[in-house]
Amino acid sequence: MATVVVDGIDVELGDRERLNGIQAARRAGIEIPHYCWHPGLSVVASCRMCLVETGTRRADTGEVTMLPKLVPACQTPAKDGTVFVTHSEKVRTARAQVEEALLIDHPIDCPICDKAGECYLQDYHFQHGQNERRADIRPFTSRRRDVGETVTLFVDRCVMCSRCVRFTREISGTSELLVINRGSHAEIDVVEGYPLANKLSGNVVDICPVGALGDKDFLYRQRVWFMKKHASVCTGCSTGCSIEIEENQDQVYRLRPRENAFINQWWMCDEGRYGYRHVHDPNRITTPTHRDANGQMPVDWSEVFTELPSKLRSAGRLAAVLSPHLTVEEAYLLATWIRRIDPAALLVLGHVPIVGADEHFPSGFSIHAEKCPNRRGVDEVLNHFGGEAVAWDELPARLEAGDIGGAWVTGGYKKNWVDAPTAEHFARLEILVVQDLFPSPLSELATYRLPAAAFAERSGSYVNHADRLQSVSRAIRPPSGVRIEGDVFWHLLGRRGLCNSRKVLDEVAEKIAFFAPASEAVPPTGLQLKQPQPALV
Amino acid sequence: MTQFEPVLLARVEQPNSHTLSTYEAAGGFAALRKVLGELDPAGVVDLVKRSNLRGRGGAGFPTGLKWTFLPKDHPGPIYMCVNADESEPGTFNNRILMEEDPHQVLEGTIIACYATRATTAYIYLRYEYPLAFERLEAAIAECYAAGYLGRNILGHDFSLDVYVHRGAAAYICGEETGLIESLEGKRAWPRIKPPFPAVEGLFRKPTVVNNVETLCCVTHIAARGAEWFTSIGVPPDPSNPRDPGSFGPKLYCLSGHVNRPGCYEAPLGITCRQLIDEFGGGVWKGRKAKAAIPGGISMGLLAESELDTPLDFAGPVRAGCLGLGTAAVVVLDETTSIVDFLHNSARFFQHESCGQCTPCREGTAWALSMLERIRAGRGRLRDLELLLEIADSIGIIPGTTICGLADGAAWPMKNAIRKFRGEFEEYIRRTNPAGAETAEPVAAMAMESVHG
Repeated sequence: MATVVVDGIDVELGDRERLNGIQAARRAGIEIPHYCWHPGLSVVASCRMCLVETGTRRADTGEVTMLPKLVPACQTPAKDGTVFVTHSEKVRTARAQVEEALLIDHPIDCPICDKAGECYLQDYHFQHGQNERRADIRPFTSRRRDVGETVTLFVDRCVMCSRCVRFTREISGTSELLVINRGSHAEIDVVEGYPLANKLSGNVVDICPVGALGDKDFLYRQRVWFMKKHASVCTGCSTGCSIEIEENQDQVYRLRPRENAFINQWWMCDEGRYGYRHVHDPNRITTPTHRDANGQMPVDWSEVFTELPSKLRSAGRLAAVLSPHLTVEEAYLLATWIRRIDPAALLVLGHVPIVGADEHFPSGFSIHAEKCPNRRGVDEVLNHFGGEAVAWDELPARLEAGDIGGAWVTGGYKKNWVDAPTAEHFARLEILVVQDLFPSPLSELATYRLPAAAFAERSGSYVNHADRLQSVSRAIRPPSGVRIEGDVFWHLLGRRGLCNSRKVLDEVAEKIAFFAPASEAVPPTGLQLKQPQPALV
Repeated sequence: MTQFEPVLLARVEQPNSHTLSTYEAAGGFAALRKVLGELDPAGVVDLVKRSNLRGRGGAGFPTGLKWTFLPKDHPGPIYMCVNADESEPGTFNNRILMEEDPHQVLEGTIIACYATRATTAYIYLRYEYPLAFERLEAAIAECYAAGYLGRNILGHDFSLDVYVHRGAAAYICGEETGLIESLEGKRAWPRIKPPFPAVEGLFRKPTVVNNVETLCCVTHIAARGAEWFTSIGVPPDPSNPRDPGSFGPKLYCLSGHVNRPGCYEAPLGITCRQLIDEFGGGVWKGRKAKAAIPGGISMGLLAESELDTPLDFAGPVRAGCLGLGTAAVVVLDETTSIVDFLHNSARFFQHESCGQCTPCREGTAWALSMLERIRAGRGRLRDLELLLEIADSIGIIPGTTICGLADGAAWPMKNAIRKFRGEFEEYIRRTNPAGAETAEPVAAMAMESVHG
């Protein structure tokens, strides 16, 4: 085991840990300021903000020998006996000088900059900067350069940390961004005709330590200090990236990746990042309706809860379609309820959208073709309940057999997902309940059309393609009139109060062996349900 | 002094000195034959180590020691990079060697590759040397034809290919890892060390980067022995255990306000004044010297009173300069404005800073903007303090940058302001009597474009 000394504090490192000075100091609760270093990118040690004093402590005598010059903490490995001094006069002077140098050309336009409030330059200036401007006063300049569909560059705000350039080289593998010009004229740019256009482009905005790279989707829409962050999971594909949903008063403004070494490291794809707009789509179904001769007529939820169960009971054999957008808990509750009404009910895995093929990036990041978050989780719930199970694609033909009298179909997809010919097959049913986000030919046919919740409004757990379970809590309240699926099922099962997804998960973990590990608390980075099998040699 | 016999420049004035026949007639490639016949690679490394040869490119690192940093028993390939990106202002010795005596450069390269087991050598030539490019290409072709290059050189189990790569005229490409990045086709941003090039250099393989003049010295050490080499120059300073001494002949580039500027060969340790008076024929127009740059602009300034400083690796340091550098002496006569000198120096380094490290990128630009303002008659005495603060805080020596370019930018500022402070203060007070004393920030001037 290695012991590193940071400002006199001994930090024990594990045998296999290879940390740099910044990471070792973090263990001691000490923040070393830095711009260019990012744990997911190569080390360039060029911003020189993380300069510290370093030395070695002899194990036998405890004698410390310091190096005369400053070194970048990001480039200095923390080995046994390494000493870091992060708050000496020399270090503080060097930081103040770097801060001052970076501000010479900076427009200092924080009031109109999206990054204000989460800007390293701003934070470090308050912590480490000089309290007067000594450089000459320059006229205000703010040049904006379009670098791609998703991202815009505010040239003068850049501190040339080169994180974005390294990202496109090392993570997305597309190398669109580059440095042009030399010395103090250096700027970030793209080659004409080759804009920043890759499926991970939005990440460059996250890793930009200052306000140089702006996300066009988010630009000028919200000040960051008004937003609340909620740990969540992206439901765009079966990768299940850990994300943060940032919202203000139930309005989602942006999604950003949340560090998770097991799944997405520090990144997420643009499809997931910008895939939240449907949450606030005005076309969403927000009231339960009942179909009569005049079409879908609004009904009260209380009517749904009192009349629906008896109608389903009298409809004959039932089918329930469990959407892969449902959480494990919701799928479990729905299946439990349907089987309680009709023990022979047909359970159907909902439509699993497959778009293209899985995509893998040089960094190991993957975008999956399976565009839903919980196919694995719903699968395992279905396995547990057993009985007759068919896939969504087989259901229309199965309905032709004529023995099914009622069906409950859950959706939750970002857009209409059923075409009219498929919906036709459902017309013969005595009773059809469709619980979905958007109107569709199927929901037009529904006896009861119920509004569904969007991903940001749900609580529960998802199991990704690699059998990793992550639990989320809702980030925003659903629109007025919408009841979250889990809540509806909980209520139908006659349970008291509001749906408690943790209680349901305990139940699932107890009853279904696959989910057994989830009886413990689920860490923010998720829980591995089944260890991946080593490949046979 | 009198019995010193030039070896590096011995052939340059002969007719057709750049051809193989002239070179061979003067005993050329005998050293290579001797090395290949008598020594194994480790023997050559040992010979060079014993000679105490220090790199001629500027930093003065012991060449033999550098070669021993290569990993033992590496499966290869090992690369040799010949640093011919001679861009230090005032320096032109490599140019003379490559244009007038390219075979001497090649022979040194071949011997060095044999010693380091390199099988490919790249000569990184600065773009501005078209004649050197032509002559090197012609010399390489002659060497291939004569069996000095190619497979099984002179019948021995040693093969070598040499390529000339023309740079695109950036100062930073002379920094060894900047050179490697540039050779790999990338932007010449110097690499962080470790790993050092000897372990992981060009194409991530062990690499040695040596200066042209260093390799020429290797040729002569191989021909005449280490003892001959250590008989020339200055022995180590006994009071400094880290001083390996300054041995061997050195090419001094003398330019500026002297009567006979040129490239002169002299033993290391000649004083600056001797160089100016004995080789350069004294300061021009009968004037007196005001100062001299000891070894390329990045080394700083020697004041007139310091001209007796010996130009060995340790001498200029004792006078407050950065080092010997490339031994390019530029003389400033008494009419020269030190303000103008420093402005020109700052302009060069601002232009050539690669832009990677914040302190250098911003510091050189800030220094230039202040010096532009001082020259325009809007200087403040406070600017001198700020310039000194920048100078003291940028570079490898305080640890704030990756490469030494910033040290080179810092030393002229430190030396000029500390040694000629009176002149700066007088200039500021004379040109800006109203604003000289103010400490308030003032409006910046539009930067003079260096891109023309």
